[in-house]
Amino acid sequence: MSSDALRAAPESAVRLGDMQPGFCGVIVAVRRPLGAAPGATDPEELELRLLEFGFVEGARVEVLHEGPIGGDPIAVRVDDMRVALRRSEAMNVILAEASA
Amino acid sequence: MNLSTIPTVALVGNPNCGKTALFNALTGSRQKVANYAGVTVEKKEGLAELPDGRRLRIVDLPGTYSLRARSPDEAVTRDAVLGRLPGEPAPDVILCVADATNLGLVLRLALELKTTGRPVVFVLNMIDIAERQGIEIDVDALSRALGAPVKATVATRRRGLDTLLEIAAAQAEGASDLGPDLWREPSAADVRNGHRAARDLMRNTVRPPSRPDTLTGRLDGILLHPAAGLVILLGLLFLMFQAVFAWAAPLQDLTEAGFAALGAAATAGLPTGWMQGLVVDGLIAGVGSVLVFLPQILLLFVFILLLEDSGYMARAAFLMDRIMGGAGLHGRAFIPLLSSFACAVPGIMSTRVIDNRRDRLTTILTAPLMTCSARIPVYTLIIGALIPERTVGGVLSLQGLVMFGLYAAGILSALAVAFVIRKVLWRGGSEPFMMQLPDYKIPDPVNLLRNLGQKAWAFISRAGRIILPLMVLVWALSTWPSAPEGAEGPAIAYSAAGRIGHWLEPIFAPIGFSWEMVVALIPGMAAREVAVAALGAIYAVGGAEGDLAGVLSRQWPLASGLAFLAWYVFAPQCVATLAVVRRETGGWVWPGIMFAYMLALAYLAAFIVYRVAAAFGLS
Repeated sequence: MSSDALRAAPESAVRLGDMQPGFCGVIVAVRRPLGAAPGATDPEELELRLLEFGFVEGARVEVLHEGPIGGDPIAVRVDDMRVALRRSEAMNVILAEASA
Repeated sequence: MNLSTIPTVALVGNPNCGKTALFNALTGSRQKVANYAGVTVEKKEGLAELPDGRRLRIVDLPGTYSLRARSPDEAVTRDAVLGRLPGEPAPDVILCVADATNLGLVLRLALELKTTGRPVVFVLNMIDIAERQGIEIDVDALSRALGAPVKATVATRRRGLDTLLEIAAAQAEGASDLGPDLWREPSAADVRNGHRAARDLMRNTVRPPSRPDTLTGRLDGILLHPAAGLVILLGLLFLMFQAVFAWAAPLQDLTEAGFAALGAAATAGLPTGWMQGLVVDGLIAGVGSVLVFLPQILLLFVFILLLEDSGYMARAAFLMDRIMGGAGLHGRAFIPLLSSFACAVPGIMSTRVIDNRRDRLTTILTAPLMTCSARIPVYTLIIGALIPERTVGGVLSLQGLVMFGLYAAGILSALAVAFVIRKVLWRGGSEPFMMQLPDYKIPDPVNLLRNLGQKAWAFISRAGRIILPLMVLVWALSTWPSAPEGAEGPAIAYSAAGRIGHWLEPIFAPIGFSWEMVVALIPGMAAREVAVAALGAIYAVGGAEGDLAGVLSRQWPLASGLAFLAWYVFAPQCVATLAVVRRETGGWVWPGIMFAYMLALAYLAAFIVYRVAAAFGLS
């Protein structure tokens, strides 16, 4: 998926990293992070990591819980698996809202 | 039997799929089973025997989501599967182990494994839980679609294992006609395509659960709650340390009494002389003063094993990630650091679950600052001897508060050191925090007891192999040369140990250490708890009467005792830890840095504590 996936996504698209517990959606794009800080995980590596954990276009995602400090990290259900990740990483997962 | 003729079967699967339980069931070996993603870090192998006498060599490989290696662990899995490990035969058969309730990711892995051209057998483990949830899997259709045999098993109940071994053996016999190895490092597009194929496979062969598990969701509602979750986590940690001190006491009293009786019997049975001294003061007293802490260590391990096996550890990492992250540590560092409260050696070994080298090194460097169980003997002895048994505010014991303070000092300094490492040694982004939250499970008591037995044996054999020779050495050093006729003062002052202590005394005088304390530090380099036995030997040989705590309370100024405690919070006094750091980092650079920084902190902390305490008139 190219780095301009967000632009290509529909109007209603949101970033998983912005969502609150209770949100349900379907992944429309998993993008490569932009302008990563030096020393941060290689953007392609993060994209691959997200994909390997099941964050792939078409997967259903539900935000289940958030961490005690600053609401970070978040716990989500991806299809039938529970995964914890940080909001900064979840920013690269673009969703369309779905009914629960 | 020639090992090279036995076919090799590799177990590959996602973390938490029950792969290690299957390995145990197939080989009957004693191994660790945990729920925390990635706890299987070392290569494990064993022999499985079929009913007809044929044998298979089973290799348990670290859990992974892909052959694309992200960590040293996963590199082992990749290299083993591809036959790239030097001195290791390539597997004849790959068993792709799946948690039957959670097939989404492992089907993609199975498709990736197929590209290696080696025979793959797909194992639907924990099929009983899948059945209970009403998941229906069309095994024949799945087998056809995957192009691999599929076998449902329940490893913990040994269900389906004989058939699985039959299938694996049959596949191994046909392994001469391998397909071509088409595996390549998957790109993002490859992973997407793999998921698409896996999803199609699932749609056609698996019917989703009619009675899905709701327990995990309900428990997470409480245990991951921003407020309640943290309170429960802190409560658990508090209970853990309460237990270590309160519940272990009766067993410790029993151990102490046993060794006292043994010593008395040896004194009565042996003729007076150096032999009696060696056996009673060196061997029995030395080993006894170390073994007395076994109950505490076992209780601590019971807690850690329960947290791991139940699936709670990953939740603890979730709750702690932001707090740890503030100090530049990864959420996953929580488990290695928590294990380090028992012993830094397993803690440092478990840092392999952290993929990023920098995050991992930060955790390794700070792990020894966690108050390991080997410090407990030193702390309890000095606190018992020097801190009055008094209550503060009506409920809290002063001794307990000091102990708590020492633990807190270790944790806070670890966070501070991690912060400094992050700022000074390397800057910039950190490792992604992505981790599966496995379903909760009731820990298997048989496994728990096995693991506990291993830990107990590891501690006892360490006491035997490292601590025992050192005790004899300390006893000999503090016995010879003996005092001249008509000499004044305790005999030990004339011994080799006394001379070393006197010789080093000027270096330690600014932090308030007497030469006896310095002598105890020398064997304490080998293992922290040896200092207690060494103090026992020094004062027993020195002719003092009464129990060791009583002697210390009469002979040690409070300021010196506090400085000794401060020293022990930081001192790098454990050869085993340094050796494991060398092994895990591949050189002497990092153990060298660790030794230097901890020694400097120890001296500094002891100096400050001694000077401040002396200023308050406590010397």
